[in-house]
Amino acid sequence: MFAFLINQGSRRRNLAARRGGARSYVGREKVKQHKLKWVVLIFALGAVMMLGACKKKVAPPPPPPPPPPAAPTASLTASPDTIQKGQSTTLTWQTSNATDVTIDGIGAVQASGSQQATPADSTTYHLTAKGPGGTQEATARVTVTSPPPPPPPQPSATEEELFSQNVKDIYFDYDKSDIRGDQQSSVQGDAAFLKQHPNINFTVEGHCDERGSTEYNLALGDSRASAVKNALVQAGVNGTNIKTISYGKEKPFCTEHTEDCWQQNRRGHFVYQK
Amino acid sequence: MSFCDLRLGGGGNRLVMSSMVMCRSRFHPAKFFVLILTLLIAVLPCFAQDWIRTGTGLGVEKVRLAVPDFKPANQDPKDAELLKTFNDTLWNDLENAGIFDMVSKSFFPVQTPGNPADVRFGEWSSPPPNAAMLAFGNLGVTGNNMTVQGWLYDVKNVTSPQVLGKQYTDAATPEAARITAHKFADEIIFRLGGGIPGIAESQIYFVSSRTGHKEIWAMDYDGNNQHAVTKLGSISLSPRISPDGSRLAFSSLARGGWEILMYSTDLNRTVSFPRFGGTNLSPAWSPDGTKLAFSSSRGGDPEIYVVDAGGTSSSLKRLTTSKGPDVSPTWNRKTGAQIAFVSGRTGLPQIYTMEADGTNVQRMTDEGYAVSPSWSPNGQFLVFSWIRHYGPGAPGAQDIYIMDIASKQWVQLTHDGGRNDFPYWSPDGRHIIFQSSRTGGDQIWTMLADGTNQKQLTTAGSNTQPNWSFK
Repeated sequence: MFAFLINQGSRRRNLAARRGGARSYVGREKVKQHKLKWVVLIFALGAVMMLGACKKKVAPPPPPPPPPPAAPTASLTASPDTIQKGQSTTLTWQTSNATDVTIDGIGAVQASGSQQATPADSTTYHLTAKGPGGTQEATARVTVTSPPPPPPPQPSATEEELFSQNVKDIYFDYDKSDIRGDQQSSVQGDAAFLKQHPNINFTVEGHCDERGSTEYNLALGDSRASAVKNALVQAGVNGTNIKTISYGKEKPFCTEHTEDCWQQNRRGHFVYQK
Repeated sequence: MSFCDLRLGGGGNRLVMSSMVMCRSRFHPAKFFVLILTLLIAVLPCFAQDWIRTGTGLGVEKVRLAVPDFKPANQDPKDAELLKTFNDTLWNDLENAGIFDMVSKSFFPVQTPGNPADVRFGEWSSPPPNAAMLAFGNLGVTGNNMTVQGWLYDVKNVTSPQVLGKQYTDAATPEAARITAHKFADEIIFRLGGGIPGIAESQIYFVSSRTGHKEIWAMDYDGNNQHAVTKLGSISLSPRISPDGSRLAFSSLARGGWEILMYSTDLNRTVSFPRFGGTNLSPAWSPDGTKLAFSSSRGGDPEIYVVDAGGTSSSLKRLTTSKGPDVSPTWNRKTGAQIAFVSGRTGLPQIYTMEADGTNVQRMTDEGYAVSPSWSPNGQFLVFSWIRHYGPGAPGAQDIYIMDIASKQWVQLTHDGGRNDFPYWSPDGRHIIFQSSRTGGDQIWTMLADGTNQKQLTTAGSNTQPNWSFK
């Protein structure tokens, strides 16, 4: 196309030069004018070329389709992104081309804005921006750390400690799996604590002393663990929180060959389940 | 008394000795009835010893057998090393068989045979060897192969002496020499032991803690070739090999508790077996290998259950219902129709028997602490571990006892201190393997079923719960 224009230009110029030869004065004047025209033409050509190059993307020669609705954009940040339990953080979001903006856990919000949030646990905030052009999502993670020095009465932090302080193992007589009289107070104390902490899951391990035979002791240890579980359930503890396992004489607490040691090993032992 | 003395050996002698002392001290006409009473007491165990011997095939008449060392068949330098292994193994197998009176090597003639042509019958059949049978042969290495020729001769039958003639070819390794000796020993034992196959090629499975964890191990019946089977890093107990030797059931502490695990000796790995929940212990194969009995607390109380060998849950059936632990089942090895087990239903554990469907429960022991029954291959006996006199002031020794099931008569087989537990029958019914702490820690021991010839097989770590393969 540009080659054609250039050719056309040079043809006009030749034509003008021939006319100039016929009428000399006017011709000279006209030659001057022609020179000017020629310069203008060059500039015009250059301008056309530059314009043509620029407009090529926006307006391609085939009739352009109607532009699609612009896709929404969305961004979400939390500042600070790490807080201690109880502190708050500022959520800031920006969206464009969106008609419907929601943040999970907060609900519908303005297209752009900021808000304070006090998550109890580490949370990933999730923003959804819906518009005619589609849906855009953005997330921001807020990490919640527990306060470094655990304040004394924080039940969730020291549940395990409370468990080990309050729940007493149950001891058995030789070859017996029934709960003897002097262990009833331990059972009642254990049950009282466990009923106050109904979310604690735990295991009752049945143990035996070294004197019996391996297989029989494993069965006996199982009976001891079951006896402890049954006694707790009877005292009102939720049985679904209680697992039982027998260790027989496989994991003794004490390895001396004395009655004191054997008594230590004949027990239902409580283990807190995290 | 002399009647008893003549017939008795081993453990029975103690009883006779003690009654003789009693006789001397009380031999007075005024107290003649005491002597009669003493005699009766002495005679009872005398018969008891007799039924063990008859019942276990450990006849009073032992075949007098001479076994001179096999000779080198050629000049190969490897002959000597393999011959030492072969000769030691063969002698040990035949001596342990319990049916031979082995002729001492010091009675042997100067020249011993390596081939039939070298046998001088008179030198063997007359004193001092006075042998009835002679086992001899030779071993030669050619290249990488070893050839063994062995014969068994009835030296009193000069015209037709050969009872057995065998030739074996295998790799020229000490391992192959041991296996070949076991094979030849089993042939001799089969011919001279009433047609009962020998046990020299059988295996022992047991629990060993020598790696720091209780794992299942295996060894040859004579304690050789000890090697780990499982490497689970947990606690694995109560190995029981299936009658065909292809699967090993045992109990192992898995994440949720004690479960029965199944190990394939063909694939050398554990294969899947259902988990039943609760504490699952002490599996026992029925003699036909189609069922497993075991103890499970899946229903709350440890009870005996039976399930098919694949563990199909629809085949799971509870056999016992009594409160108190029920554990350690063992099937009647001959019929498969009864199961003996341990129950704490009356307090201290006792041995009971029942039909394989759970009916007709019979209590077998009447006192003390009785555990770990194993039913003999001929169906006649139970062997078990018993603290007979349990309680304050009682000695509390835990020993191995054998009981005739029909009469409930029993005889004590171990007297040497320590805790003796988990006896198990050999496939020929002539031997019992067990664990004993008499040397300090628990180790595996064997003995003849009359309590004689007790030998320690393991030394490294703590070794418990031996189980003898079915063949």
